[in-house]
Amino acid sequence: MRPDLWRSISLLSSTGAHTRLGRRSLLGLGAALTGGLALGPKQGNAEPSPASPPADAPWSQSIGPGVVDRPYGRPADTETGVIRRNVPWLTAGTESSISFSPLQDLHGIITPNGLFFERYHAGRPDVDPEQHKLMIHGLVERPLLLSMKDIVRFPQVTRIHFIECPANGGMEWRAAQLNSLQFNHGMISCAEWTGVRLSTLLEEVGIKKEAKWVMVEGADGAHMNRSLPLDKCLDDCLVVYAQNGEALRPEQGYPLRLVVPGWEGNVSIKWLRRIKLGDKPWHSREETSKYTDLMPDGTSRGFTWLIDAKSVITFPCPEKPLSDPGLYEIRGLAWTGNGKVKRVDVSTDGGINWQSARLHEPVLSKALTKFTIPWRWDGAPALLESRVIDETGYVQPTIAQLRKQRGTNSVYHNNSIQTWQVKGDGSVFDVQLG
Amino acid sequence: MSSSVKHLALLCAGMVIAAGTFAYGAEPGYYGYGERATPEQIAGWDIDARGEDGVGLPAGRGGVIRGAEVYAEQCAACHGTFGEGEGRFPKLVGGAGTLRDDRPELTVGSYWPFAPTLWDYINRAMPMAAPHTLSADDVYALTAYILNLNDLVPSEFVADRESLPKVKMPNRDNFLWTDPRPDTAAKPCMSACVDPASVKIVSTAEGKNLTPRTTGPLDTMQAK
Ligand code: HEC
Repeated sequence: MRPDLWRSISLLSSTGAHTRLGRRSLLGLGAALTGGLALGPKQGNAEPSPASPPADAPWSQSIGPGVVDRPYGRPADTETGVIRRNVPWLTAGTESSISFSPLQDLHGIITPNGLFFERYHAGRPDVDPEQHKLMIHGLVERPLLLSMKDIVRFPQVTRIHFIECPANGGMEWRAAQLNSLQFNHGMISCAEWTGVRLSTLLEEVGIKKEAKWVMVEGADGAHMNRSLPLDKCLDDCLVVYAQNGEALRPEQGYPLRLVVPGWEGNVSIKWLRRIKLGDKPWHSREETSKYTDLMPDGTSRGFTWLIDAKSVITFPCPEKPLSDPGLYEIRGLAWTGNGKVKRVDVSTDGGINWQSARLHEPVLSKALTKFTIPWRWDGAPALLESRVIDETGYVQPTIAQLRKQRGTNSVYHNNSIQTWQVKGDGSVFDVQLG
Repeated sequence: MSSSVKHLALLCAGMVIAAGTFAYGAEPGYYGYGERATPEQIAGWDIDARGEDGVGLPAGRGGVIRGAEVYAEQCAACHGTFGEGEGRFPKLVGGAGTLRDDRPELTVGSYWPFAPTLWDYINRAMPMAAPHTLSADDVYALTAYILNLNDLVPSEFVADRESLPKVKMPNRDNFLWTDPRPDTAAKPCMSACVDPASVKIVSTAEGKNLTPRTTGPLDTMQAK
């Protein structure tokens, strides 16, 4: 736009324009009132509200801030409540803790970068990408030190994958405790990741015959480390520097992290700085003291990496109750570490009868999949559940079925069916069925 | 075929071959990026010690008495003088024989399968606010002290790369290191799947007052 035009617009708005617009909006209000009367409200009081909206709101009769007012964009001011949240009583401090994605306010399969759940063991490090290096060594032909510039030169791949903390839902093993979608399921997020295949890097250093295991380690204060079988590393693991098209967020491992598709989030080491090949696993603290599952007979399962198939209804939920009876769309997300979601069934009567929901494209391997199903709510109490079946035929279990196998002390890998109780007033509660 | 078309065809063939090699990457050093890590560099970065056999444990040694000193200074504020844990900081001691209880207590003594893992973890991650700042000797001493607090070694025990892998942790043989899942076999029944009379709510989060708010500013709710 020409600069002189700009000036005349700003003159207009700073002088008599306001009074003129003001009169016009009054006229608009009249029109809206008549319109409202003509159509008539659908139900309830017949009296039209005197506060019916004007035909033109203030933002339609003014000029907004220009480009680069926000050089890096952010959500609307009215969305400031849509944030990651924590359960303060859960951990001693926030440095070794978790925050949950607000699934109740997300509408797609991609988690916005600022809302991706967090898990730290020594806080969020502030890594200088100029100094950051990745070392690959151990049972390899040519140990390497790679700078970020080196890593970005390798052939690029882009994939959409979820990352879920296996402790997601871990507070519900014994009983329904937290009345919230965010706190019971928000330790999952999904992003488009860009980087290089781990197999490309491993082939570049040359894998020695004796190598069977790979240790991956972060540059955070926890020097977080895990062991992975070499086969998985060669299959589909990625070393990524970008998330949803921009550089990784510091919360997600800037400048470099591992993504281990379909496996528990803890192995997708953030701030990745070292990869070592060996002949045996390391049995680090994070794969012995933690991320092992204690069974009722006192034995424990270790190296339980896979994220089993899971689904959850994201609308309605405790945070997003129903209002009046009528037609709704039940919405939700499903995922599986085994590959693709094949089918999602929904029940509104606590699992007596089920109907298959519609899966929304794209249905990607080891990514969130969206499902919806229309539902006419008659105002009666209901028990909503969703159940996923993945491409291997695995069916999401109930909490009772899981408890029968694993008791209540295994903390991790609770992938059970979530039941939402809908009351007659439309409010929604987290419950468990017998 | 005109010469320019022929030229194009040759070019394409060349690209296919190049793409083929690109995709398979094959031989080590194909890309040639980065620098070879020198033995000195590797020695500086290579901090891990394996749990089961202790491979990677460095030279050095430390005993229980020295461990108690370092512990009082660097660890007790969070983990308690005798490992009992302050507030919600982890206990490092106790829980022996509780793993089959309704409320088991998982600690170094009751749960950890391998002693070298303790050296590795203290070395890489503790003390919380200044991780990886202790000498190898002090990490050995702390390891000895915590094992002694758990009655797993005598007070004259000296931890080093020889002695640590030989400490038999009580829970060592109770881990299954292969995943037995899937361990459920639910059927995707579609109608009249359960007896309606059996559909009962057995627990609800309603009224438990454990849930932080999910609108407005962050909650600061503490335990009841
Ligand atoms: C500021 C508080 C703090 C101090 C000081 C501290 N720790 Fe910790 N420690 C923690 C926290 C928090 C965790 C749990 C970390 C996690 O899970 O990510 C932990 C975990 C541990 C664990 C693992 C416990 C388990 O069962 O998994 C050990 C062992 C440990 N610390 C030893 C030490 C030693 C030895 C020192 C002193 C050199 C020390 N800590 C100092 C806070 C502290």
